[in-house]
Amino acid sequence: MSLLLESIRKSYREPGGRRLPVLGIERFEMKQGEQVALLGSSGGGKTTLLNIISGILTPDSGRVVVDGRDVAAMQEVVRDHFRAAKIGIVFQTFNLLPAFTALENVLLGMSFSGKGVDKTFAKQLLERVGLGHRLNHSPQQMSVGEQQRVAVARSLANKPVLLLADEPTANVDPANQQLILDLIRDTCRDHNVTLLMVTHSLEVAGTFKRVEKLQDFNRPELCLQEKAA
Amino acid sequence: MNLLTIAWKSIRQRRLASSLTALSIGLGVMLMVLVLVIFGAVDSAFNQTSVGYDLIVGPKGSDLQLVLSAVYRMQPPIENLPYLFLEQMQKDPRVVSAVPLAFGDVTKEGSFPIVGTTTQYFENEYMPRRKFRIRGSRINGLFDTIIGSEVARENGWDLGSQFTIVHGGADSGHVHDEKFTVVAVLAPTGTANDRTVFLPLDGFYAIAGHGKPVKEIEKRLRDFYAADPERLAAALKQLEGVKAEEAAGSHDHHNHAHATPDAMKEISAILIKTDPDKPYLGVSLMSDLQTGYQAMAANPVRTIQRLMNGLIGNIQKALVALTAIIILVSGVGIFVSIYNSMSDRRREIGIMRALGAQRMHVFGIILAESALLCIGGGLLGWLTGHGIAVVASPWIVTQTGLLINPWALNVWEAVLFPVLVGLAVLVGFLPAMTAYRTNVADALSS
Repeated sequence: MSLLLESIRKSYREPGGRRLPVLGIERFEMKQGEQVALLGSSGGGKTTLLNIISGILTPDSGRVVVDGRDVAAMQEVVRDHFRAAKIGIVFQTFNLLPAFTALENVLLGMSFSGKGVDKTFAKQLLERVGLGHRLNHSPQQMSVGEQQRVAVARSLANKPVLLLADEPTANVDPANQQLILDLIRDTCRDHNVTLLMVTHSLEVAGTFKRVEKLQDFNRPELCLQEKAA
Repeated sequence: MNLLTIAWKSIRQRRLASSLTALSIGLGVMLMVLVLVIFGAVDSAFNQTSVGYDLIVGPKGSDLQLVLSAVYRMQPPIENLPYLFLEQMQKDPRVVSAVPLAFGDVTKEGSFPIVGTTTQYFENEYMPRRKFRIRGSRINGLFDTIIGSEVARENGWDLGSQFTIVHGGADSGHVHDEKFTVVAVLAPTGTANDRTVFLPLDGFYAIAGHGKPVKEIEKRLRDFYAADPERLAAALKQLEGVKAEEAAGSHDHHNHAHATPDAMKEISAILIKTDPDKPYLGVSLMSDLQTGYQAMAANPVRTIQRLMNGLIGNIQKALVALTAIIILVSGVGIFVSIYNSMSDRRREIGIMRALGAQRMHVFGIILAESALLCIGGGLLGWLTGHGIAVVASPWIVTQTGLLINPWALNVWEAVLFPVLVGLAVLVGFLPAMTAYRTNVADALSS
């Protein structure tokens, strides 16, 4: 089992003090190397779910097991380190650092894992995404499609067991969408990385063997029921 | 990629703001370095490294006036000593070298002091381990002179130049008739010697009007040797011949020094060197002079240090404090620059945290950035300050006679960089805490 969510509850406190339930997931699991497309409407809790899986947010209750370890139960420092070492993230807006070149952005991804910086592997990753000739270019000097390819390379820099992709093609031009998708999926397949891709595109989701709709297994009202009980 | 590299990248991204803030720190440090270099030179000119003598012997009075007049030529002499006392000092077993100085006149051009002395003055070191470098020939005539580098530069004099002198200071208006000739020029020393005209002691006595009436000399000798009747008798005996000639009206000491007996001569001060291995000898000599004759010995080092600590030291402290405030204000500039950039960098911090950076990592990156700006700016300012000192030192020497050691390190400079690190931590702490507290999920969605 690569990912297991169990009895996850997450709600936000609104300015008036009222709680806004966001996630109520009884069970969700993914096998090692599995690729899942997660469909969901805007404001449906997709990004919160990814943040909880990656340990950026902690759930109010429940277990988030990645590679056999409960991320939610970890102390923050351990969780940060675990995220750097085991989880790759591809953002919708790429989130490359403008002060760094393509190669440095990938190396930055390696800097916090504690495994050390492997320049050769970083170059190989960039070559793998077709940017071997753009190593020393800054994000501003690259097209949107190229920037997202750098982000994909960075997400794989620490050889993660789980890759979380948050609508990675939403800001990419149609010509590059399929390229980016193929790149992420092929690379994950090659490295046996579990992939959870959030998308609102049925077309994108249609290419996955397993497609999950968040609203099918997310019952936010569970948060309120448990509070009431 | 370590935190310093990441911080450096961030600085480079905000080149203009970073350069300006580092520059402000650099300017503060540069000013401090220049203040310290200049005061270091002044301090060096006024402390033990500037005086090649252990004691200055002169008439009883203010020890500060004696040192300022004999060593720095900044004051008129207190009074005069009998020349016979010089011979007494030279014979004293505690004294290695006793060099006479006689002064009171100045040059007509530039009002540089005229000092009568002996060749031994130029053979001795003027500072520990520093000897005079002289261009020209030896003194042969009574009115041959050796001039300091500053006298030569300011008056445009060189070997062979001729000049006249004014009696008893520039304000007296009485110009002596004698013509003096430059036979040698001293290389710059960074001391009062650069602003002095030297002539042989005999030449000094030969200047018309430098002799005193025998009755006045007799009175002075009686006062001076009141406690030493044996030496007084010997001195008065020398005067008998002169008195007889004066009574016969055949001799006038006001106008020339032909065959002048030593008892008729006076000097303004005596520079004393004692055995450096036996410093107690100087103390013993000082003590003897306190109780014996109408003379005193001043330790130039202690006297000048007292002046330095009381006056110049405070000015230095005030200027260092002022430059420290400038550096502090520059530090506030760095704080404002980094703090203002934090809202723009919130997302960057969120991205780094999402990539696995811990709170302490982003805290460290901001502190490293502050440290790089403070220390980088400081280093730049330190090098620029000393660089300016290197470039300007020849000009300062020619303009002021002050010898600058551009790379002389002051104790304040040793604490400068630790202070800058402290300043970096101080001004970087609040922005670093902002980074530390950044909510990752909010930052990523911003």
